[in-house]
Amino acid sequence: MSSLVQSVDWLAIAPPVVAAAVGLAILVADLFLPDARKPLLGWTAVAGLAASAALLLPLLDHDRSTFCLTGSPHACSYTADRFTLVVQFLVLGGALLTALLSVTSLKDERGNLPEGEFWFLLLSSAAGAALLPASRDLATLIVALEVASLPAFALVGLRHGDRRSSEAALKFFLSSVTATAVSLMGISFVYATTGTLYLTQVADRLPHVDGQFHTLAQTGVVLTLIGFAFKTAAVPFHFWVPDTYVGAPLPIAAYLSVVGKAVGFSGLILVTVVAFPSYADVWGPALAVLAALTMTVGNVGALRQQATRAYSAVRLLAWSSVGQAGYLLVPIAAAGYADDPQKAVGSTVAYALMYGAVNLGAFAVAALVGRTTSGNRLADYRGLYASNPLAALLLAFFLLCLAGLPPGVIGLFAKVTVFSTAVDAGLGWLAVVMAVNVAIALYYYLQWTALLFRAREGEPVKHRVPVPLTAALALTGVIGVVLSGAPQLVLRFTATGLF
Amino acid sequence: MIDINESVMQVLLAFVVVGPLLGAVAALLPAPPGLKGKSPEQAVLRHGVTVTGVILLAAIVLALGFDHDQASKMQATTDISWIPALHVRIHLGVDGISLPLLVLTALLTFLCALYSYFKPPAGPGPKAFVALVLLLESGTLATFAVLDLLLFFLAFETVLIPMYFLIARWGGEGRERAAWRFILYTVLGSVVMLLGLLLIGIKAGTFDMVALATDNGRSLSASVQVIAVLAIGIGLAVKTPMWPLHSWLPDAHTSAPTVGSVLLAGVLLKMGTYGFVRILLPVAPHGFHTFAPYLAAFAVVGIIYGSLACLALARQGAKGDLKRLIAYSSVGHMGFVLLGIATMTATGVNGALFANIAHGLITGLLFFLVGALKDRTGTTDLDTLAEDTGLALYGKAPRLGGLLAFGAVASLGLPGLAGFWGEMLALFGAFRPAADLDRGAYLTFMAIAAFGTLLTAAYMLAVVRRVCMGAVPEPGPHLDGVPQRPLLDDVRTYEFAAWTPLVALTVVAGLWPKALLGLTDPAVQQLLAGGTR
Repeated sequence: MSSLVQSVDWLAIAPPVVAAAVGLAILVADLFLPDARKPLLGWTAVAGLAASAALLLPLLDHDRSTFCLTGSPHACSYTADRFTLVVQFLVLGGALLTALLSVTSLKDERGNLPEGEFWFLLLSSAAGAALLPASRDLATLIVALEVASLPAFALVGLRHGDRRSSEAALKFFLSSVTATAVSLMGISFVYATTGTLYLTQVADRLPHVDGQFHTLAQTGVVLTLIGFAFKTAAVPFHFWVPDTYVGAPLPIAAYLSVVGKAVGFSGLILVTVVAFPSYADVWGPALAVLAALTMTVGNVGALRQQATRAYSAVRLLAWSSVGQAGYLLVPIAAAGYADDPQKAVGSTVAYALMYGAVNLGAFAVAALVGRTTSGNRLADYRGLYASNPLAALLLAFFLLCLAGLPPGVIGLFAKVTVFSTAVDAGLGWLAVVMAVNVAIALYYYLQWTALLFRAREGEPVKHRVPVPLTAALALTGVIGVVLSGAPQLVLRFTATGLF
Repeated sequence: MIDINESVMQVLLAFVVVGPLLGAVAALLPAPPGLKGKSPEQAVLRHGVTVTGVILLAAIVLALGFDHDQASKMQATTDISWIPALHVRIHLGVDGISLPLLVLTALLTFLCALYSYFKPPAGPGPKAFVALVLLLESGTLATFAVLDLLLFFLAFETVLIPMYFLIARWGGEGRERAAWRFILYTVLGSVVMLLGLLLIGIKAGTFDMVALATDNGRSLSASVQVIAVLAIGIGLAVKTPMWPLHSWLPDAHTSAPTVGSVLLAGVLLKMGTYGFVRILLPVAPHGFHTFAPYLAAFAVVGIIYGSLACLALARQGAKGDLKRLIAYSSVGHMGFVLLGIATMTATGVNGALFANIAHGLITGLLFFLVGALKDRTGTTDLDTLAEDTGLALYGKAPRLGGLLAFGAVASLGLPGLAGFWGEMLALFGAFRPAADLDRGAYLTFMAIAAFGTLLTAAYMLAVVRRVCMGAVPEPGPHLDGVPQRPLLDDVRTYEFAAWTPLVALTVVAGLWPKALLGLTDPAVQQLLAGGTR
């Protein structure tokens, strides 16, 4: 008889574990550090995230699995394959850039934000987000989803005595919890019909579900998807986004727009492609409609932002992130129609990598501008080129990447891969909807870009750029430019299977 | 003509495409010591002239080194892998179809840079202006040089942002609106085009234009070809522009700065028609065949519509804008190009390619002239200019008047000038279209298009009458023996420098059409028979 004790491959689970451990250490250290030394915590967090991202390197050589069933049906709860590593890289890299932005914004908001708690929550959420793509059973998946989300609610509402901030957190919390509850119910239905939580086993057993349980299984599949659709901020689960982004500290808005989405779409990919492939005829069309609605609503929402309204820049980025979520969903929907679904979802991963880098870059510039103006209105960006040419050029580049027009070459090719999955899957109508959306989105992205180079009213304000912000800008800028020259670096995930 | 090593040719072509891009980046950097010039503005404008000059030189050497006996063969080819995941290869090459367009682009951009050096555009500093013009040049040259569908799309999109900013920042009245219309129309068109390109690439398994052209649509089913041609055709038709998708063009031309108008008309519109010839004809012949009669019909409507719009604008009291008038005349001229392509015959396509080049030269010249007129009088409104009797340019500025009259008669297709051959051949093509097209329909199209040439003559002559002729006011009394200054400055030296090449080439192409047709004909024959080698 084989042993019942599972052996643990510590190296495989190192990235999320290191992030969580550093988070705990910071929480404890916060108690003993004098106020003057608090900035040390921030740099420890940055170092911790960099270390956990670096720990992905030794995992590159081959796929590893751990927490496996010791019995004969081989199934594991944690797998570090290519998909996991790429998404973990995206999540940890995104968290690292968020941390760089936060160092400055914590310094600026001295006293408003409790430092120790902030870093602890950020790192815990990052650890949960890094765990999620590696999860290969439904229970771990839900746990990871909650570990990633719960600290995020707190982060949104962390600002002392800010009503808008707490209101945003509450909105975010209530809607998210409802979605998770629905998702849990779906999982219980799936468990009831298949008798297993392991994704691969669910995939094997779902087609053979008893006829009378068919409806139950189908309902379970749909309900499970809802929780993840919420995380990607797909319509109609998007309404919390603009208010939450505006209410949250800016780096946290950036974090939600990239890492929060990564959590959502990687969960969606896992449940659709790995667990429910036999129900492709259910989730394929559903996701296609969801994608079309999401991009349209997001882009139209962004279009309606008025430049002079308070926080219009953040609001625009929030709505645009909803629109971008729509593009991210297209390949997953296409996977429901494709012969090789794994190849199709590679486009989502590639698009997310591009989106993560340039969107965080755009938020970095927004953080820079937000330091000198209180409102972070679009109108505040007028004439940025005159006062800070490099930041203006970078923001222009990031926005054009998001719009998908040269010189943002990587944005263009990322869109091309998404289009090609839709065309390949025969989703012509979705491709046309997306084409119209690209044109709509261009309008507001380009309007913002044009604003940067307009003549400024009044004296230009010189921005002194703090070191962490410079680092974040440089990092995202270099990634964007390098990827534009060598798009293959991210697009290769579209050519090969990820699992 | 001269024997140049193939690898040198390769480098030359790659340089022609990448050079302006590097130049654009360099324009944004501060000038290095020794090249500072009199002021930063002067230095950057000079930088623009230098870079475009070098590119023109490289393009001319490329044209000289081109083996004219094998014009149907792709030459100076580079083929390296870039994005294996998408099967995108950096595949460059020129044949008899793309070479003339390449040289035309390099020439017009150089002339624009030269013109701007002496007459900096009104608006914000010239630094960004030069960078944008160079980026635009890179995009257009790349469009004509690449042989990969996705690279073609990339190049096609590259020109949008620079042209948007050129119009929106250095343009005249109504520039914001015009720039938006331009970019939103073309983006929507080109994204739809992308869908068609992807469809072809996915179904045929390659994005390589040479391979696809050699395949000649054999690996694409009929329905795929029809859908792809429809999608790609819409994108290209917006760019060309084809009636009824042309409505962005008059606004864009009216508001754009002189240099922007010249490049828009001279080069950017050609990207659309080039796409028809390079992609649709050889890659999806069956699909194109389905749509050819409709394309021809739209083209003919465009010819008549453009001419009638011009006639209306040229009328006294219509408050017609000269730039808008030339823009509408472009719709008509591009109608002839499309008609030629839609015949699917060697004669018609050759005519279309010829008319392409001729339109680039002549309309480029006309926009330069109208821009000069605007600098001198402050307006392009025909009624304000001509008042009741006519502007009398012949009397006030005889050389400018002469050039304008030259441009007008060249545009109306006077035999002996460049405008004649292209439209002539397009009409010939329509007289005897490809064997399986309905000849009766094409004969009707031909008749209507021929009537269009008459209308063109009518409005062009009306413009000449109102702008060049008229009563010269009595010279004022001499003050202290000094004769009064003439009312308008005549052509200046730098203007001569910028315009003479266009005039000379218009005459040369008119008198010696073989120089151009000899290049395009073998390539076109090859293309219609089944792809490029």
